[in-house]
Amino acid sequence: MRNKTFKTVGWIFIALMLAFVYLPIIILIIFSFAPTSKAIGNWANITWSADLYAELMQNEGILEAIKNTFILALTSSTLATIIGTVGAVGIHKLKRRPKAIVNGMSQITVVNAEIVTGAAFMLFFTLFPRELEGFPALIIAHTIITMPYVLLSVMPRLTQLNPNLYEAGLDLGAGPLRTLVTVILPQLIPGMIAGFGLAFTLSLDDYVISKFINGDVQTISTMIYSATKKGIPAVWRAVSSLIFVVILVMLIIMNMAKRKKEDK
Amino acid sequence: MKETREKVEKKFEKIIEVKNVTKTFDDVTVIDDINLSIRKGQFVTLLGPSGCGKTTLLRMIAGFETPTNGNIYIENAEMTAIPPYKRPVNTVFQKYALFPHLNVFKNVAYGLKLKQIDVECVDKNGQKTTKKRKYTKAEIEEKVNNALKMVGLADYGHRNVTSLSGGQQQRVAIARALVCEPKVLLLDEPLGALDLKMRKEMQIELMKMHKELGITFVYVTHDQEEALTMSDAVVVMNDGVIQQIGTPKKIYDEPANAFVANFIGESNILSGVMVKDFSVKFLDTLFECEDKGFAKNESVDLVVRPEDIKIYPADSDKGQLSGQVTSTVFKGTWYEMEIEANGYEFTVQSTTEAKVGAYVRLGIKPDGIHIMKKLRTVNEFFGVIDSEDTVKFCEGYFQFNNVDNLEKGTKVKVSVPFDAVTLTDDEEDGIIGGNVTQTLYKGTYYQVQIYTDTDEDFYTDTVDEWDIDDRVGISIAPEKITVEKIEEDGDEETEL
Amino acid sequence: MKKLSFKQKYFAFPYAFLCVVFVVVPLLIMLYFAFTDFEGAFTMNNFMYFFTESDTQNVLWRSIGIAAIATVICLLLAYPLAYFLANSHFNKYAVLVVLFVTPMWINSLLRTYAIRTLFEMIGLERGTLAVIIGLVYDFFPFMLLPIYTTLSNMDKSYLEASYDLGGGPLKSFTRVTLPLSVPGIVSGVLMVFMPAVSTIGITEMLGNKDVYLFGNLINDYLGEFYTWNIGAAYSFIMLILIAASMLITNLFGKEESSVGGAL
Repeated sequence: MRNKTFKTVGWIFIALMLAFVYLPIIILIIFSFAPTSKAIGNWANITWSADLYAELMQNEGILEAIKNTFILALTSSTLATIIGTVGAVGIHKLKRRPKAIVNGMSQITVVNAEIVTGAAFMLFFTLFPRELEGFPALIIAHTIITMPYVLLSVMPRLTQLNPNLYEAGLDLGAGPLRTLVTVILPQLIPGMIAGFGLAFTLSLDDYVISKFINGDVQTISTMIYSATKKGIPAVWRAVSSLIFVVILVMLIIMNMAKRKKEDK
Repeated sequence: MKETREKVEKKFEKIIEVKNVTKTFDDVTVIDDINLSIRKGQFVTLLGPSGCGKTTLLRMIAGFETPTNGNIYIENAEMTAIPPYKRPVNTVFQKYALFPHLNVFKNVAYGLKLKQIDVECVDKNGQKTTKKRKYTKAEIEEKVNNALKMVGLADYGHRNVTSLSGGQQQRVAIARALVCEPKVLLLDEPLGALDLKMRKEMQIELMKMHKELGITFVYVTHDQEEALTMSDAVVVMNDGVIQQIGTPKKIYDEPANAFVANFIGESNILSGVMVKDFSVKFLDTLFECEDKGFAKNESVDLVVRPEDIKIYPADSDKGQLSGQVTSTVFKGTWYEMEIEANGYEFTVQSTTEAKVGAYVRLGIKPDGIHIMKKLRTVNEFFGVIDSEDTVKFCEGYFQFNNVDNLEKGTKVKVSVPFDAVTLTDDEEDGIIGGNVTQTLYKGTYYQVQIYTDTDEDFYTDTVDEWDIDDRVGISIAPEKITVEKIEEDGDEETEL
Repeated sequence: MKKLSFKQKYFAFPYAFLCVVFVVVPLLIMLYFAFTDFEGAFTMNNFMYFFTESDTQNVLWRSIGIAAIATVICLLLAYPLAYFLANSHFNKYAVLVVLFVTPMWINSLLRTYAIRTLFEMIGLERGTLAVIIGLVYDFFPFMLLPIYTTLSNMDKSYLEASYDLGGGPLKSFTRVTLPLSVPGIVSGVLMVFMPAVSTIGITEMLGNKDVYLFGNLINDYLGEFYTWNIGAAYSFIMLILIAASMLITNLFGKEESSVGGAL
């Protein structure tokens, strides 16, 4: 009896929280089909259409920003994955003291407020020629702020690795580097993928740091952020809805694939 | 006179009663209609191989699991559905389960702080009443310190539990359970994680504690030596069923069946025939024995312990069998030898050595032979006639001789003698597949138990040796399958 | 063997080098700006503004207060939710956790934009309440995930041991489950409080003039090149605030895990 109450209360609570999380997103998607900016709340006067999506397709600024966002995210998270993985392998072998120092340094951007990191980057880049602003600065900054997350995802796999694995590789005649590539690296791939995914989303998400150093380059995040002050144009409802749907579908597919793999 | 009777009654007072308890998890029966009563003050061990249901039985007594069927009583009170925190028992967990956020002292004090005790007091009207109260800080401190002292950790109160060694954690776990003054202490393989030396020490200490405290201990283990040395009574379990209950001596000397004989101690298990009372024939030789009451020429299992076999020189006229030594190993105080006689390899323990290759005479006295009833010799299943010459059971289609011309769809009882089952190396060659779960050498053949993919046990007597966990195919000669029609309203259950 | 691992550790070099050049050096430059004036001469004036002007201090206190309220609400919502999700009945439905964590993968500005649309629809004015709800909405998954992880990884035998020793469900929860989940709570609190106290986007999207927070203040100072030095100084104060909250939670976490010897 008591168990039943527990279950009922649980389901109600879970349902309410799910509504809290998804209601805003659903409403935004609904209103992305209501082209006027005054539409929200005035249910009676809405003419539903896909006009905002059509507008989006013609808005070169937004399309350019979407392109920039993905180029930036792809480049910086690839770099972060490479540097972070190589770094993890090295840091894993460091002695206690130097290990603590490097780990400590890499944690700074993770725990620091984005606005402070952004301020530091901005002031740092003022020391260099203006040409560095825009893509070069963005790629550097995004790589730097995301590589600790790659380290964090790869490190646990390294510490869980059977230490004899490396020795077995050497024992069977492979050199240290070859062993690293053929034996150790394959073990790290799941961590690298997780780290890459994390780096990619963090790069997509960032506007606080980017807006200080982006020069003329706009990303989706910096663009919507600068729009907030003037009032966000209705076309952003279409942009956001598209992004929500794409990410949700991607995550559902990824989870299904993962589940299938686990079932096997 | 009256007083002694009370004493006797008290001595035999039951503290735990398990009545017709069955437990299934997702349709798998782990405890199958068990009855067990445990007397007050005893040290009882639940012994069996892993997966035999002993831990589940203990967890039902503790209250962590509820039986699917049947009842559990503690001190004559129905406890079947009572939650663990309202039962007068405490548990020492397999991996200790010490609370990592509390230090040693607080771990031990945990149960005391929650406990309500009855105090008798006299109210205004001079009437005696009982009130409930909690222990005071001073009382808790005294009890905890005494408990820690008892387990030899008097100065460890402030220590972090994670900083202790395995043996020390074990002692804290025992102190934590005992400080609550349970009527019964339940121990779930408590020494499993310790090394051999530590285990021996703890065994002795646990026995000492049991003697001093006088409470009932129920101890789960898969280690037969532990069970035999520590307990007043041993409950041997297998496949969710109690195989035998008895004192360690009785279980060792008079195992109830071949499983118990094989599981407890080293033994030679053979198959024989009771020629008449006090006379059994095995390995083509007649032996005197102390058992009677079997049918004439009844087929039986028998066990001979290695130390009950005497060795005589080859030219001696003593002994009943001639054999040749195939191996000999010095075991510290005795020699363990393998001696082949009439095609059976005996394990023999003796203080005198016989060299490998030497011929010897073997003698077994009547009291060294223990006769056991054969449990079953025929596999029985429920099946359905599938066609005029096939019957379906265990999800397999077996050919058989349909002498009664039973129609398709008829429900039948299928009987297959153990020795009619053929095992094949390649699973594909058999009608159905399964895993070997047990093999038992019976002198001239092996009795092999196969667990099929449909959750059923097949027994077969075979001269070939099979390894445990082997995948095998099962096939049966058509003429060895007998079917018997059963009434239509018989239930669907496939197990017998 | 020693020689081999000696080689491998050089792999740490590029990573460490990048950290020094692009993390440590920029922070040192920020520090330099914080302690110099527009001309580059040493000064403490940048900090003086903060300590003399009560307005500025109020902005900081307001930031801390709003972030703290949002963090507490997150905790009050996330703990029971995590408790349910980790329970054996609900954790059969693995998809539930995925559903709650999914928003973490979506751009936070866009999510804030979504809840702003909801507010517009139901007619909730921009202001403090909207900002707090927005903070909870944005950072809630970061509270849920660590708590859920500790609860679902907790060894069931601790709870059984507590039942066995006479603790009922409520006592067992307060004395065993709750203290053992403190590490999850601590990291959840950190993961919500720190971004909340320094947010700029959520306030700009959902707030009005009343919810001008410390992040916005820094942002505005950094926006004009002649106030960079003050912006740097205030960033430094934010850095200290974050370090302090890390330290406090660390101490709190440690104290919980090694509670003293006396009764």
